[in-house]
Amino acid sequence: MAPMLKSTFAAMIGVALALALSGCQQKKEAENPGRILRYGNQIEPQDLDPHIITGIPEYHIVSGLLEGLVNPDPVDLHPLPGMAEAWDISADRCTYTFHLRPAALWSSGDTVTAADFVFSIRRILSPRLGAEYAYMLYCVKNGRRFNKGELTDFSQVGVRAPDARTLVITLTQPTPYFLALLSHHSWFPVHPKTILKFGPLDARGTAWTRPENFVGNGPFTLAKWELNKIIEIRKNPRYWDAAAVRLQAVRFYPIENMQTEERAFRTGQLDLTTNVPLEKIDWYKQHDPQLLKIDPYLGTYYYLFNVNKPPLNDKRVRRALALAVDRESLVKYVLKGGQAPAICFTPPNTAGYTSAATIGFDTLEARRLLAEAGYNAQHPLPAISLLYNTLQTHHEVAQALQQMWRTYLGVSVTLVNQEWKVYLASTQERSYDIARMGWIGDYNDPNTFLDMWITGGGNNRTGWSNRAYDSLIAAAAAASSQQERYRCFSRAETILLDEMPVLPIYFYTNGYLMQPQVKGWYPNILNLHPYKFMWIEKK
Amino acid sequence: MLKFVLKRLFFETIPSLFVIATLTFFLIRLAPGGPFSAEKNVAPEIIAQLKAHYGLDKPLAAQYGNYLLNALRGDLGPSFRYVNSSVTGLIRQGFAVSLELGLWSLLIALLCGITLGVLAALNHNRAADWVAMIIATTGICIPTFVLGPLLVLVFALNLGLVNVSGWNNAGDRILPSLTLGLAYCAYIARLTRGGMLDILSQDFIRTAHAKGVHPFMVIVRHALKGGLLSTISFLGPAIAGLITGSFIVETIFNIPGLGRLFVTAAFNRDYTLIMGTVLFYAFLIIVFNTAVDILQALLNPKMRVTIG
Repeated sequence: MAPMLKSTFAAMIGVALALALSGCQQKKEAENPGRILRYGNQIEPQDLDPHIITGIPEYHIVSGLLEGLVNPDPVDLHPLPGMAEAWDISADRCTYTFHLRPAALWSSGDTVTAADFVFSIRRILSPRLGAEYAYMLYCVKNGRRFNKGELTDFSQVGVRAPDARTLVITLTQPTPYFLALLSHHSWFPVHPKTILKFGPLDARGTAWTRPENFVGNGPFTLAKWELNKIIEIRKNPRYWDAAAVRLQAVRFYPIENMQTEERAFRTGQLDLTTNVPLEKIDWYKQHDPQLLKIDPYLGTYYYLFNVNKPPLNDKRVRRALALAVDRESLVKYVLKGGQAPAICFTPPNTAGYTSAATIGFDTLEARRLLAEAGYNAQHPLPAISLLYNTLQTHHEVAQALQQMWRTYLGVSVTLVNQEWKVYLASTQERSYDIARMGWIGDYNDPNTFLDMWITGGGNNRTGWSNRAYDSLIAAAAAASSQQERYRCFSRAETILLDEMPVLPIYFYTNGYLMQPQVKGWYPNILNLHPYKFMWIEKK
Repeated sequence: MLKFVLKRLFFETIPSLFVIATLTFFLIRLAPGGPFSAEKNVAPEIIAQLKAHYGLDKPLAAQYGNYLLNALRGDLGPSFRYVNSSVTGLIRQGFAVSLELGLWSLLIALLCGITLGVLAALNHNRAADWVAMIIATTGICIPTFVLGPLLVLVFALNLGLVNVSGWNNAGDRILPSLTLGLAYCAYIARLTRGGMLDILSQDFIRTAHAKGVHPFMVIVRHALKGGLLSTISFLGPAIAGLITGSFIVETIFNIPGLGRLFVTAAFNRDYTLIMGTVLFYAFLIIVFNTAVDILQALLNPKMRVTIG
């Protein structure tokens, strides 16, 4: 036993020393290997199938691998030719004819044809695939009916390919933001041969997205996918515009913990992060302001009122609570990330639209409304609870509002936090009084913020229903000019802010860290940054 | 011995796994929110399609029966969250990493723990004992989420010797292994000290000394064998705990191990991945506990009777 133990001890010490030494000799990853973007990408993606994915980290990767009919301009997001080199719009604005690029190839060498797009649209609309973003194609004639299984004949859906290079899409009604929708991943094409090699058209979760199988048409190809460790996409030499692509590769690191991500950035292991920890914002502002980026983001942070539950079924109570929120102080002293106070629901200047109505900070009016509703010091508002999912930011915002309501209105609110999925269940079942929510626009148009509050809308978890509002949203969809459309939206938003089923709090910003040598990255409200326009500048 | 192993397998291992599988299966379904609930509303038809795809539309008893039958065949099903991955594949990838991290940590824990424990016992109630035990107690008291970032601050951010996170080169193994290993080292040191103190006062040790055996050999050859018994019984659950991965250490250092998969599976309500990881974890704990019982029998003649 003794000699054995001794030699084991010696071996252990030897191994430990060797390990320590090899660690010291190992070149650290602080230096950029050149023309490679190293990106902190939050989480391990669900999948890389454009018709299955729902999250932003997934979009970061897939947008490098696949290309839709149009590409968003990196600066102002206007549609640039992508797979389609040109398009014609019919006089009634319901038929779009796309002319595909003859030089467009799949990474396998096959030509990208109009039939591939028809196949892809059929795939995402197939009920069996269970695509959560299929609704992004509901503007296509009969798209909704086919997806809901009410129609089984796909030839009746408004998409056809008269020849290999021509794709004709017919819409139910004019959709002014249609071209903007096309850069969403739900509209990306998939390679039919590859899909069918691993299963039927509407099979979910097949092996086609594994790196050894993936075929794409974007500026990059999938080179490496190691679980919870790294995904690497490398420049695709067959891409139609390969000459313009300056990055050699993009490496995505799924770093969930913001502090870990920030440390990796600080030592130069990352060129770009997805987040910046709240407590680090001040430090960067003071010490390294050129590394900290805070961009406006097309999203609203708000609270839901359960309008069927007393006392919140009284609009005067809802308005009183909304008027007693000092949004300026909240963004300045609590959030500190450059957020803007939300005095309306749709972020101002969304595709040129700004709400005419606003909700301000007016404690006098708030107290008056509350008194009018019959609540005062002798007869205080019954206890109400405020629900949010467990996260530091939500907790701090909730505490601030709880304090404001107590100070300005004498209203006491209990805070309730729940784990993410429990909280989702509670809001869906409407078992809450007030609940925290956030909405990031799917596309740059006020419609994505306003059509969700129609009666019975899937995301309308307030129970609020207003006929005038519903008909204004319908009128906006049928409007013949943009001015008329925006007039309808503005009238609708006036109703929304008057009835106050939702309490807008602040407009999101997107805060992250970026090394100065990353170039070709422009701040924009949808946070879309096509890699084909980016490069790494040598120091 | 064979009888012991078989008895363990049929009367303890298999029933335990069955009970764990059953409890987990029904408990996760009781938790509010399902695998397909999302912030943006998902249309009821789509939810229905997804449920049908994963067999969640069948009666609960049928789902349970199917799961057990498939599990017996080694098929733990597809992950709900990681759409193109099977649970077995995910566990295999995560476990390979956690196993490596666990073994390095174990090495550190044993090396430090036994050395500290023996030193403390030999210098009973003297300065060296107190120093060793202060180190051990501190090790137990400092949680990994404090120690990890501290080590990163010193060795990665200030001294720049290693990367702050990742799992790519040999250097990336050092800090996480230390973080995880030092906590276990503390327990081992205390257990070893206790065991050694007990043994060192025994007659046979005095006999060995009287016979003129070199003091070092008395420790290594005679005392350690008995003194490590309690450490060894601790090693069963410790090894299982170490190699199945620690969520905290894996998160701090961004290591692609099983611990992160396990915890995120629970947050995502990824039913199959939760079941798979729980069963795998349970299986490992049972295996290591059995192994420890056998090892103890080999080291301690008193135990052989009960096992025999």
